[in-house]
Amino acid sequence: MTRLVPAALAIDRLLAEVAAPHCGGMCTFLGTVRGGPEEAAHGGVTGIEYSAYEAMAEAELDRIVSETLARWPGARVALHHRLGLVPVGEASIAIAVAAPHRAAAFDACRYVIEQVKRRVPIWKREMHADGTATWVDPDGRPAEVPR
Amino acid sequence: MPPTTGTLAVPVRLFARYAELLGAERLTIEVPAPATVAALLERLRTAYPAAALPARPLVAVNLRQVALDAALAPGDEVALLPPLSGG
Repeated sequence: MTRLVPAALAIDRLLAEVAAPHCGGMCTFLGTVRGGPEEAAHGGVTGIEYSAYEAMAEAELDRIVSETLARWPGARVALHHRLGLVPVGEASIAIAVAAPHRAAAFDACRYVIEQVKRRVPIWKREMHADGTATWVDPDGRPAEVPR
Repeated sequence: MPPTTGTLAVPVRLFARYAELLGAERLTIEVPAPATVAALLERLRTAYPAAALPARPLVAVNLRQVALDAALAPGDEVALLPPLSGG
């Protein structure tokens, strides 16, 4: 199943995918492209271009979903990550989780997004209003393998 | 009889900023066998002295992140991963 998509994300489709009679809680997360005052350099951010090591990103997303299902029995998970140019305000990632009870739905959804950020080989390039672009080198993420 | 060269020709994939630094998305790097990821990185630094790769970049072998002392086998695909920024 491919979870990397080149077009706008539809959270309602993911919710429909995970809905099940045994699930009494559903949780969604959308990560959206930010273009606020923090990103004001170069005339501001107009969008972010996402690229991936697609084969590994798909494999890593499969592993994250499998781990989530093992850790929260009865949970159901669907997610899409968008690739290519995503304009400010639009979603780059959409996650839907259904679980028998709400605590598991919240926890599993949080687990999925944190693991995606930590492990999935996807890169951001900020596109600016003045025509320049920069690779995002996020603070707090390992730029190097720990010694 | 095929020649026994005692070297591994390792396909290397580069992404995002690293592809720009090295001016390529795919390379083949030859290393003396047996080889580790660290030995391959040394070869790469020698071949591309201007590329300024970090001392300990994230590396994947066959679609999984590995430690730099991981051994390389024939057929392995190595990927150099800039700091991840998905989500």
